[in-house]
Amino acid sequence: MKGYISLLRLRFMLLLQYRIAAFAGVCTQLLFGFVRVMVFIAFYQSTSKVQPISYEGTITYIWLSQALLGLLPWNGDSELQTMIRTGNVAYELCRPVDIYNLWFSRAVAQRTAPTLLRAIPIFIVALLLLPGKYAMGYPHSCTSFLAWIISMFGALLLSCAITNIFNIVTLWTVAGDGITRLLPAVIILFSGMIVPLPLFPQWMQGILKYLPFSGIVDIPARFYSGHIQPSQIVSLFFIQIIWTILLILMGKWLLSRKMKLIVVQGG
Amino acid sequence: MMNGIKLYFKYVSVSIQSQMQYRASFIMLTLSQFIVTFADFLGIWILFDRFGTLKQWSMAEVALFYGIVHIAFAISEGFARGFDTFSKQVKTGDFDRILLRPRSTVLQVLGLEFQLMRLGRLTQGLVVLLWAVNNLAIHWTMVKLTLILAAILGGACLFSGIFVLQATLCFWSVESLELVNMVTYGGVETAQYPLSIYSSWFRKFFIFVIPLACINYFPAMGILEKTDPLNSPIWIHYGSPLAGLIFLLLSLQVWKFGVTHYRSTGS
Repeated sequence: MKGYISLLRLRFMLLLQYRIAAFAGVCTQLLFGFVRVMVFIAFYQSTSKVQPISYEGTITYIWLSQALLGLLPWNGDSELQTMIRTGNVAYELCRPVDIYNLWFSRAVAQRTAPTLLRAIPIFIVALLLLPGKYAMGYPHSCTSFLAWIISMFGALLLSCAITNIFNIVTLWTVAGDGITRLLPAVIILFSGMIVPLPLFPQWMQGILKYLPFSGIVDIPARFYSGHIQPSQIVSLFFIQIIWTILLILMGKWLLSRKMKLIVVQGG
Repeated sequence: MMNGIKLYFKYVSVSIQSQMQYRASFIMLTLSQFIVTFADFLGIWILFDRFGTLKQWSMAEVALFYGIVHIAFAISEGFARGFDTFSKQVKTGDFDRILLRPRSTVLQVLGLEFQLMRLGRLTQGLVVLLWAVNNLAIHWTMVKLTLILAAILGGACLFSGIFVLQATLCFWSVESLELVNMVTYGGVETAQYPLSIYSSWFRKFFIFVIPLACINYFPAMGILEKTDPLNSPIWIHYGSPLAGLIFLLLSLQVWKFGVTHYRSTGS
């Protein structure tokens, strides 16, 4: 365990060095957030019907999803994937550690360090600098804030389990390529990145609830704005953890299947 | 000149042949791009299903904006890919080889890669556009048909111009190029909705600085024959696609200036 934590710390420090990339990311995400906010303002002005989520709730939801975009598992670890393609992954296999756990700790670093670098400036702009109509709201209450923190932890674990699946499917060159290209579309849509999940048609709500993706963006964002009561944190956190465990087991199974077949060319 | 065009098509045919060597992979890439961009449009459908209209705009009208901008972007991504990935040429020093050949740099960089997989986005844009046309009661004339083609071609020129400017930046710095994504991907995101819904300062940027409105919003006004909430005169609706071409020509001048300032890394 100590080994994995020190590896996580090293990767974390390394990824914090990419400041220029983070600056570009912050600007792009602010722009996308702004465009989305203006589109939603226009949509909310178009109807007087009461919507399943309030205007303020939606704006806060959008800023949270933009600020924490780095947490969204839409890709794998590009360094690992290159290693797999070039065959250098053989070195990884030589290390006296469990390879799934090793890659999982890399994923934790990948999903936290760059996200922190980008989230803090975006939060400052969206919370404090923007005029009222466009601004992100504060947490609904102290307990809502606490519930948000807990569900963010669940979201992180879930995200890393999915990231690791992206890494592992790269071992299947052709089929893996298809999955790494198609899965992001599913994740982006059903996590709530494009449209907040409460705004999806009524008949889809039942399905969305049982997919793992809502646990990444939607559930934490709705805890934050008080759209979900803080008392529900126990059951929803439980669902996040169950999905994480299932996805970890699936990842381990896929990995062990492929590891038996691997042949490394010498030379 | 004719010789140059012939040479360019030779480049394109070589590029297509090389991509066709991996046929299964090509089909999958194209198909996955089609599906990924489709998720985006699904988001718009969900919003209209929920809110009914976007101010005075119907879903079919928004689909017209969406179709035009996505087709234009797909064309420029296919053709001007060499400029998009130009930083690689500068970093590796491969641009030196291009400079040594007795042909124009623009032609050679264009010929570096013709990305056929962009057919995925193109087809998706086309499907959305046809759906829009089918659902809108437009009285089609030769003039309007020319206008929509001009808008798409003007858009392709405009986006190619942005790629050329991005490549020109590489002569000075290869850092923070991602910022250009704000006007390419950010621009596509913005222009898939009618420009009139945005705040006025934001609108002005996409009219006067990066003239996206000229290849999308204004021509669409001419096609829809709607009273424009922005009160643009009718000659703008028909003349504006030219702005895309002018933008590209100006960008190419900047490029020529950049080339004279190029210093090889020497490696």
